[in-house]
Amino acid sequence: MNDTFSAAVSIGFHGIAFAMVLYLISVGLSVTMGLMGFVNLAHGVFAMLGGYVMTSLMSRLGVPFAVALALAAVATALASVVVERVLYRPLYGGDELDQVLLTMGLIFMSVAGATYFWGPLQQPMRLPNWLSGQIDLGFRSFPAYRSFLILCGAALVTVLWLGLERTRFGVQIRAAVDNLRMAQSVGINTSRLFTLTFALGSGLAGLGGALGADLLPISPSYALENLVYFLIVVAVGGLGSIRGPFVAALLIGIADTGFKYLVPELGAFFIYALTMVILLWRPRGLFGRV
Amino acid sequence: MLRKVFGAFGAITAGLALLSVAAAAQTVKIGMISSYTGFAAQAADEGQKGVDLYMKEHEKELPPGLKIEILRRDDTSTPEVGKRLAQELITRDHVQLLAGIILSPVAAAVAPLTAEAKVPLVLNMAAAGAAITRISPYVVRVSFTLWQESYPLGKWAAEQGWKKGYTAVSDFIPGHDSEAAFTKSFTDAGGKIVGAVRFPVASPDFAPFVQRITDAKPDVVFIFVPAGTQATAMVKAIRDFQLREAGINIASPQDLLPDEELPHMGDTPLGLITSGTYSTAAQRPANQAFLAAWKGAYGDRAIPDFFSVDGWDGMAMIFDMLKATKGKFTADEAMAFFKTWKNPDSPRGPISIDPETRDIVQNIYMRRVEKVDGNLANVEFATIPQVKDPWKELNPPK
Repeated sequence: MNDTFSAAVSIGFHGIAFAMVLYLISVGLSVTMGLMGFVNLAHGVFAMLGGYVMTSLMSRLGVPFAVALALAAVATALASVVVERVLYRPLYGGDELDQVLLTMGLIFMSVAGATYFWGPLQQPMRLPNWLSGQIDLGFRSFPAYRSFLILCGAALVTVLWLGLERTRFGVQIRAAVDNLRMAQSVGINTSRLFTLTFALGSGLAGLGGALGADLLPISPSYALENLVYFLIVVAVGGLGSIRGPFVAALLIGIADTGFKYLVPELGAFFIYALTMVILLWRPRGLFGRV
Repeated sequence: MLRKVFGAFGAITAGLALLSVAAAAQTVKIGMISSYTGFAAQAADEGQKGVDLYMKEHEKELPPGLKIEILRRDDTSTPEVGKRLAQELITRDHVQLLAGIILSPVAAAVAPLTAEAKVPLVLNMAAAGAAITRISPYVVRVSFTLWQESYPLGKWAAEQGWKKGYTAVSDFIPGHDSEAAFTKSFTDAGGKIVGAVRFPVASPDFAPFVQRITDAKPDVVFIFVPAGTQATAMVKAIRDFQLREAGINIASPQDLLPDEELPHMGDTPLGLITSGTYSTAAQRPANQAFLAAWKGAYGDRAIPDFFSVDGWDGMAMIFDMLKATKGKFTADEAMAFFKTWKNPDSPRGPISIDPETRDIVQNIYMRRVEKVDGNLANVEFATIPQVKDPWKELNPPK
């Protein structure tokens, strides 16, 4: 009995840590897709960029972990503004197929680009000492890195939540998601709003990619390999919300870890089945707007 | 009518083949297929560096006027792509030899073509599934088989007094092979397998699987994951779940601890036991010379591993054949040479090809991770001399 409990705690813990990485990366995708109606499959590219900036800064220039993390998020956000202004903007409100083609193309370019600049190999992620050990909580110990992931995830959810509910910027975003034309006519600068939201979402993805680099290793095909995970979180959670992807990421992270533990032969297939069931039940996702 | 058309077609292709042989008399084309991108990219990079290094160091020894042209192709770690590339190399580029190939599924897809087209395939970057050389008489392997490493390891584990074993392997040919080999010799020697788990080949997170292992509390867990990203992720899971602190011993083929990955693994691997064909820590003079050449070509920070030595030895065999035939050979002549090839002084010790099976015979080393000059190293502590592929001995051809 004690063993079962211990295994359940462990599954819960690792599932939540995985969920936090998925959430950080996917929440930006959910908001930008909900806000701008833009099918941005290349969102994972920004997460990958964050991971590359982070690992390069740490291994080549010896930048400390926390500084590298912040720089990764900022650099990704800045890069995303350029991409948004130059490439995405002309296709706003356009054909969805065009958007899919553009962003798929961006993914393939990112694979080639990352191979060119960083080589085909996985980037080594060396955690600082304070993150590579165990944290003893009395009744059992947990890996420090994954505990840190959970803390960061929880903190960011809170900040995002408050930001969206309590700040003027948050109100503008919610207004624009609810009714874009009405928001424009009451004088909200939606063009600037789009850019800022896009930069925020991409910056979060960069942060998630950098933070999660020890869990989802950084290699050129990152955006392609993990695309399905990000899309599942957004589809299950519902577009345009902060809460939806959070619940979805928790569900997917814990269920994926749990089922791989219980039935390892079928574990890898399980999340797809779960996704199908949820989408059949609620086609717009758990928290999607009807 | 149809027969005439086919006859004419046959004559034309035969003529073309003759022409191309005449034209390529002094340039030997070798098609090098490997997984330069995808999850096996790191292994391919190491193997290719071994190939390039041998060519660079020994180019002058080729008969005068003879040149080697390497046509590199990337199978992207996908069997279908590998097969298509091999077809193109054979039919369009008219290569005389095929070589390379990291992944067993790719090798299994390419091998049947070599029998149809009569083009020798030199497996010199692993592709360690035992049965691959049975697919075609034109396949010769200079790397290793997972049976070669895992079978002695099972016996060794039982000899340590470990009774309860657990196997955890990646769910593809090499994983299945190593699982079967370890299980066979471990149970033959009196051990018992209390559980087995197979995980997807590109698993992002090993946490749930390692949790199963800790719950089962075996004396020893046998782990196979392909070298590279998967190996490092597995070592992290071993660290996070404190598998070793829980009193569970770990036995693994060398793929878990490639020499070049050791610096990225922290101190977790200290004391881990693996069985393997090559370690940079080996004191053999041939290895010291190899390491010196490697550092000269790729710098002090580059570390070779067993894939690099596979690549190196494979090129040594091809060079010896070219020297013996002066670059003019048929597929059967090349195979006849390969079948009896031996090198008493490879960086990994004495190696030879078994004429019966076209598979390599080599020493298997038991290694333990120790600190040497402040860095982790796979230090050899026991040698099992001249191991033939055990699978072929246990499963004679029908």
